[in-house]
Amino acid sequence: MATGVGAAPATGADAARRMTRGTNPADRTYQAVLTGLALLLPALLLALIVELAVNARPTIERFGWGFVFNSTWDPVADVYGAGPLIFGTLASSFVALLLAVPLAFSVAIFLSEFAPRWLKRPLGFLVELLAAVPSVVYGLWGIFVLIPFLRALVVPPLKAVFGWLPFFQGVFYGNSMLAGGIILAIMVVPYIAAVSREVLNAVPSSQREAALALGATRWEAVWMAVLPYGRAGLVGAVMLGLGRALGETMAVTMVIGNRHDISLSLLQPGYTMAAAIANEFSEATTSLYLSALFEVGLVLFVITVLVNAAARLLVWRTAPGRAVGSRAL
Amino acid sequence: MRREMISMTRVALALVALAVPARAQVKLTGAGATFPNIIYQDWVLTYNQRTRGVQLNYQSIGSGGGIRQFSENTVDFGGSDAPMTDSAIAAVSGNVLHIPTVLGGLAVIYHLPGVSARVRFTPQVVADIFLGKLTSWNDPRIAAVNPNMQLPRSDILVVHRSDGSGTTYVFTDYLSKVSPEWQRRVGKGTSVNWPVGLGGRGNEGVAATVAQTPGAVGYVELGYADANQLQYGPVQNRAGQFVTPTVESVTAAAAGAMAELGPNTDFRVSITNPTGADAYPIASFTWLLVRKQYTDAAKASALVPFVWWALTDGQAVAAKLGYAPLPQALRPWIEARLKSITAGGKVIWPGPK
Repeated sequence: MATGVGAAPATGADAARRMTRGTNPADRTYQAVLTGLALLLPALLLALIVELAVNARPTIERFGWGFVFNSTWDPVADVYGAGPLIFGTLASSFVALLLAVPLAFSVAIFLSEFAPRWLKRPLGFLVELLAAVPSVVYGLWGIFVLIPFLRALVVPPLKAVFGWLPFFQGVFYGNSMLAGGIILAIMVVPYIAAVSREVLNAVPSSQREAALALGATRWEAVWMAVLPYGRAGLVGAVMLGLGRALGETMAVTMVIGNRHDISLSLLQPGYTMAAAIANEFSEATTSLYLSALFEVGLVLFVITVLVNAAARLLVWRTAPGRAVGSRAL
Repeated sequence: MRREMISMTRVALALVALAVPARAQVKLTGAGATFPNIIYQDWVLTYNQRTRGVQLNYQSIGSGGGIRQFSENTVDFGGSDAPMTDSAIAAVSGNVLHIPTVLGGLAVIYHLPGVSARVRFTPQVVADIFLGKLTSWNDPRIAAVNPNMQLPRSDILVVHRSDGSGTTYVFTDYLSKVSPEWQRRVGKGTSVNWPVGLGGRGNEGVAATVAQTPGAVGYVELGYADANQLQYGPVQNRAGQFVTPTVESVTAAAAGAMAELGPNTDFRVSITNPTGADAYPIASFTWLLVRKQYTDAAKASALVPFVWWALTDGQAVAAKLGYAPLPQALRPWIEARLKSITAGGKVIWPGPK
């Protein structure tokens, strides 16, 4: 436990608890209130699931598992299938991570290992500032800057070189899975970079010094000693970013094209669950329509829970309880 | 964007008005359609100032939400861009009147750099574009309608609304009327299963995407097309005339439709593709939803004069705010509906003074 980040405070709290247990009525009241408040949150979560499930019942009964796999979304005929929404949510998040993870890790490694002291703070601050930009601003930037840029300078060479791949088929109009993925990537980079930097900072210097003493270059020290030591925390950072990407709504809906379609091509429009709910909820006129949107919410919720559970499993398996940052997860 | 700005100012002014303490007041709350929000806020503000003892408040939460809130009795009146369905009316035991307030027209917007003349559209061309059957601007079927124009070879990109909206309802209602294939394959609704194209969020989203994408075509409310200086073209109406959307040609659409309605209409009618040589074919009423029988007489006697005021004096601001006023000939019909409203079995509005 000596190397764990949260080890010292936890021990202190344990000691304090032992010393004051059952002594003071004020403390007991205090503890009871805190316990109540702490239990309130899981209760809220439970209430949320129940509420979603109850409201989604009409479509669950009507379409069964077909809702998850079908790709027809026709409010006029009251036929709903969320296949493209689920695909679009996972695909856009995947593209985002593909772009964001290398970038964010590079930033984190630079900031914790290589950056000169005078640059560390301002650069770290600027990266974190990206997280403070409202998502609608990212959306506007996507429409007016990113998409014209992609159309003029990125997609033509991309198609010329990789046009034979299924991922770059079809005419590119701008609003697309590619644009959605890039916007998401920019939005999750600060989260992943900030957490990763903290994780790397917490790696004890002895790790680096040992590697350097054995003749490693600075790069080898990072690659072979620092990163493996912090991998649990790094996985956690990525999962945090993924959670953010899965739920992002406004910026995505402004650039992804909002089309209920499954296409492997990144140049084609897609749709995500969060975007569909936000777009269609206010004018959902039939009760089945409303119920379909609730079920989309339920599916999104379940997927988010699964992703988090998978992250925990991954962390426990790769670094059972000892590496840096694992307590944070 | 312009509308957004105006409405923000109105809301701010309305908040100031609310802050001024007043004596015993009847508070009336309404909610619903976003399309008429700007003129409703203007009416509410003006009416609150000129009428003592009445405090009106309208929240633009969307037509679907407006119908839901109205049906659940949480608001005193609703607003909707799409009329309530028969089943929705049955759910409130028929206790609803649709009162048209203003008209809106939709412009078929496009982005063709280098083309300065207005591209003309026939109903068939519009339907085929949105069905995905017309995919290039230099298709002979478009050229046939625009004989003296040099249209580029670029692909057509359809842009539609991604959010559920009354605008989409009006547009798909029009397409269902002029194209049997559209009616069969897609139908009409606040959201539909679009055969082709991509979705932009809100009028501003569609306008932005069309403005950014060469070859794009879409539909937005007339006010947005003008405010964003987008290209839009005349559409051929039932009389065979190509009519450019303007406040006048949209009002003419309602006048043209009136002949078919008759004075006993419940106003729950679509006026797309109307008769009339100068009528623009893609237009619609937006409605206030009021109850036939109110339980609270004080509220009802405050609400009905407001509605009448909005439909007479209030119409003067419509054109300035980007809406088409109702045709004058509609007034006696609406007057008869408003007179029929009761509270506790008593008539509450004898007619205009």
